[in-house]
Amino acid sequence: MSSDVLLRVTGLIKSFGANEVLRGIDLEVRRGERVAILGASGSGKSTFLRCLNFMEMPSAGRIELDGRLLGSERRPGERTYREAELTGVRQRVGMVFQQFNLFPHMTAVGNVMEGLRTVRRLSKADARARAERELARVGLADKAAQYPAHLSGGQKQRVAIARALAMDPEMLLFDEPTSALDPELVGEVLGVIRSLADEGRTMLLVTHELGFAYHVATRVIFLADGAIHESGTPDEVLKHPRQERTRAFLARHKEFSL
Amino acid sequence: MGHRWDFSSVLANTDALLVGAIGTLHIFAICLVLGLSLGLVVGLGRYSRNGWFYFPATAFVEFFRNTPVLVQILWFYFALPILLPFEISPLAAASLGISLNSAAFSAEIYRGGIQSIEPGQWDGARALGMRWGQVMRRIVLPQAIKRMLPALTNRAIEIFKMTTLASAVAYVELLQQGKLIASLNFNPIEAYTAIAVIFFICLWPLVQLSYLLERRLRRDE
Repeated sequence: MSSDVLLRVTGLIKSFGANEVLRGIDLEVRRGERVAILGASGSGKSTFLRCLNFMEMPSAGRIELDGRLLGSERRPGERTYREAELTGVRQRVGMVFQQFNLFPHMTAVGNVMEGLRTVRRLSKADARARAERELARVGLADKAAQYPAHLSGGQKQRVAIARALAMDPEMLLFDEPTSALDPELVGEVLGVIRSLADEGRTMLLVTHELGFAYHVATRVIFLADGAIHESGTPDEVLKHPRQERTRAFLARHKEFSL
Repeated sequence: MGHRWDFSSVLANTDALLVGAIGTLHIFAICLVLGLSLGLVVGLGRYSRNGWFYFPATAFVEFFRNTPVLVQILWFYFALPILLPFEISPLAAASLGISLNSAAFSAEIYRGGIQSIEPGQWDGARALGMRWGQVMRRIVLPQAIKRMLPALTNRAIEIFKMTTLASAVAYVELLQQGKLIASLNFNPIEAYTAIAVIFFICLWPLVQLSYLLERRLRRDE
């Protein structure tokens, strides 16, 4: 495995009006790394993830993908991004959402084919073949013709993962992928994510599943007040946290998970 | 009131009514296509956050929503040819008035429908690398149209009935022919009753068809 840096974030700031949600985040992600992002609600972890594929526009800071600095500087300190560049980045950085965001007017296989057809411009037959392979990979070959309304939450999220994988992303962003699921459905989704981890895929994962983060992540970062409060191996951060706030967060979570 | 109903004088003029019906369908088709497609363009402008699209679209909507269609038709027919160096036919004047008015009203339907689509749909589509236009065409509009269908059907019915205003500039359609029959045969009761019934017979199946379409579109839910 090559160890070069795939993503480098420098001084990332995001504000909504007067409210500064991210206050200068620096992060390097190497190929094959799996970074779990933890933090209380309101800590900015989802916003951070959404800035990485420009679902939210960063207010300031630099994002480099595979050594290339994105956007251009029109005015000092203010970067602008062209739509063509952003759609290119998003093809390389896949995303899976808490609420799945499947297209309800398309079948499962239609959802997976959509990006292949409209973005990759594959023929219908090629797109269908690829989409069926991706559905099989997440264990849903038999649900290809179903509309999302007829799928369980866990199945919907697996379709969403297949949809992201079909684009051959170099990096995957998971935004609390199991938080909207009934407890008995969490396992099937985590199982799929773990299999992707085993393939050595690069991923960033915002999650409340501490046990999963511990076993799957190569690195854990703890976000508080829009900044990285603590960062290290899963063992360091989850078993031997140095910071008081990290300890308090973990203690609160263990109360519920036990 | 001992009026003796006698439709024989109306039935004797079925040829004239047929010509009127064709005229009505003709202008209806023009106004339906022009009104609803221009409405989509204006509606997208109203949805836009870019002032270059938003403000002209808003001005358009406000102007045509707040002026009577009949006045617009008369203006296009009598006033515009004085300002511009060409003649305007009754069909063109009436089509312009009705289409622009319908565009203004349907624009608000489109805007509301587009806005009702959850932001998550945009996220899901943009995360695949889809461009704005692709998201709109492939993801947002197909879902929005489904929600807008009842309102758009209402608009279509409204357009169909508005075509009678074209009689004000002597365009040959059903009402114009009805007026003619009434004045030639001194039978306004039968003539206008017949016109109303013909409109009902045309519109009622159209409404039923739209219900059917709505049910079919909902099959994936």
